[in-house]
Amino acid sequence: MVKNKTIRARISDVIICMVITILTLLCLLPLLNMLAISFSNKSAAAANIVGFLPVGFNTVAYQKLLEDSQFWRSFLISVERVVLGTLLNVVIIVLTAYPLSKAKENFKMKNIYMYIFIFCMLFSGGMIPIYLTVKNLNMLNSIWALILPGAVPIFNVILMMNFFKGIPKSLEESATIDGATPLQVLLKIYLPISLPALATVTLFCIVGHWNDFFSGILYMNSPEMYPLQTYIQQLNVEIQNITSVEQLKQLQFLSNKTLNAAKIIVSMIPLLCIYPFMQKYFITGLVMGSVKE
Amino acid sequence: MKQKKVQLSYHLMMAPAMIFLVIFSIIPMFGIVMAFQNYIPAKGILHSKWVGLDNFKYMFSLPDCAQIFQNTLIIAIGKIAFGTIAAVLFALLLNEIRVKWFKKSVQTIVYLPNFLSWVVLATIILNIFSISGPINAILGMFGIEPILFMGSNTWFRSMLIGTDVWKGFGYGSIVYLAALTGIDPTLYEAASVDGATRFRQLLNITFPALVPTIILMTALNLGNILNAGFDQIYTLYNPLVYQTSDVIDTYVYRVGLIQRQYSLATAVGLLKSVVSFILIVSANEMSKKLTNQRIF
Repeated sequence: MVKNKTIRARISDVIICMVITILTLLCLLPLLNMLAISFSNKSAAAANIVGFLPVGFNTVAYQKLLEDSQFWRSFLISVERVVLGTLLNVVIIVLTAYPLSKAKENFKMKNIYMYIFIFCMLFSGGMIPIYLTVKNLNMLNSIWALILPGAVPIFNVILMMNFFKGIPKSLEESATIDGATPLQVLLKIYLPISLPALATVTLFCIVGHWNDFFSGILYMNSPEMYPLQTYIQQLNVEIQNITSVEQLKQLQFLSNKTLNAAKIIVSMIPLLCIYPFMQKYFITGLVMGSVKE
Repeated sequence: MKQKKVQLSYHLMMAPAMIFLVIFSIIPMFGIVMAFQNYIPAKGILHSKWVGLDNFKYMFSLPDCAQIFQNTLIIAIGKIAFGTIAAVLFALLLNEIRVKWFKKSVQTIVYLPNFLSWVVLATIILNIFSISGPINAILGMFGIEPILFMGSNTWFRSMLIGTDVWKGFGYGSIVYLAALTGIDPTLYEAASVDGATRFRQLLNITFPALVPTIILMTALNLGNILNAGFDQIYTLYNPLVYQTSDVIDTYVYRVGLIQRQYSLATAVGLLKSVVSFILIVSANEMSKKLTNQRIF
């Protein structure tokens, strides 16, 4: 009886492992397929015979990509956007999360600010009014259109605020008695012990800026100003103009698959570089920030 | 005196954020009046003609209208339902794994798609599901005629829901996994002493422990029910499948920014914002009552 049970338990363990392995492969293989296509020769890619290993290995696509000046211009715009945008985001997150983490007795207007924040998070004027505002500020075709409208990432502010709330009050009290100003308390006491939370929100901001393609479409009129994701989106754009099934079928033979695959792979590299750091932090970040008792 | 200084510095810390919120969130909210006007860009908001609820009446008279709301709801509910089920099941499976390195590697890989943009994923998906792509090649081995997944109104919604679940199930499982590790192990010991099978333990210990998190996450998702995922649909759809995949946001974008019917698009957008707002606030209240946890 007992032995029988362990065998059954073992069988179910094996089944669970197999299911998980299949699901994991399901996430990994599409990316490997892209990687293989980018290193394959053009005709093999067009004939769709590339699996998870390159067919006719070569680096032509990457050599071509090096000469594609628009790709690198867009790449740089994205890098610039990530650096400036994340910097602004993080400064604002830290500055606002601190006063908002105070109790009502210590910061009298706190609740009013909180209501404004939550209202802005839940309700928006919608795509058209925001677009017109950016347009009226003469920010179209400038990098600021990609950065300033999203300057206050409210969700991340709340995440940071919840982390600050967990810091013992006694630390702040003793510093205040020694004559520290609120800004000094924030920078010298709160920040150094909040590094994991700070890392989490920073990484969320980086990913958000890097992955956003739609503000590029909205606010940039000329392709020279497109950030990278918008540029890549435009590679698929023919699909949005097709009107017949025949066109959709033919589309794939026209596009340069290996080059596009190389572009996709290169666009993922920055994310893959920060992903290991991210993974260390986002789990804590998610758990601590999303729930409030 | 000192207390006043402290309050002042708190206000100063809030100031930059408030300036940005006023310019980019609050001022645009006043732009909503366009929904009640026949807005003409040359005349501006102040001089455009007021038309009351005409834009809304026009919207409801459009043949597309019912279709768009229907598409939005079907796609969003499908994503929430299947996404939650997949995340919970995956968390339950992963929770059974005791081998540390295996668990870690699995987590590293399944969380990854969530961090890739829809632009990148769409390129990959369009390729894999194309008429001569790998999926159709596999189906061909079983003698099934190639299916035009991306151009077929029968398939497209399932494609949207399926790929969304694929992107998010790993990342979505994090919160459930956290809830699972919080379960007192002595409960399981007691249950197995009493002779409860693994399945019974799952039903009577594990699942009830997940219910509060499931309710909370579903409440959180309800606020997004009218979003249905603009980025994903925009990067994957084409005119052949507008009928089954045109949602509020994609419609607002095409009507508003491509066809420049600002007032109509703002009206549709406003309706969406108001309904979403009501939904998320009531979801929050509900979650507070049911689980004692709030979203905000």
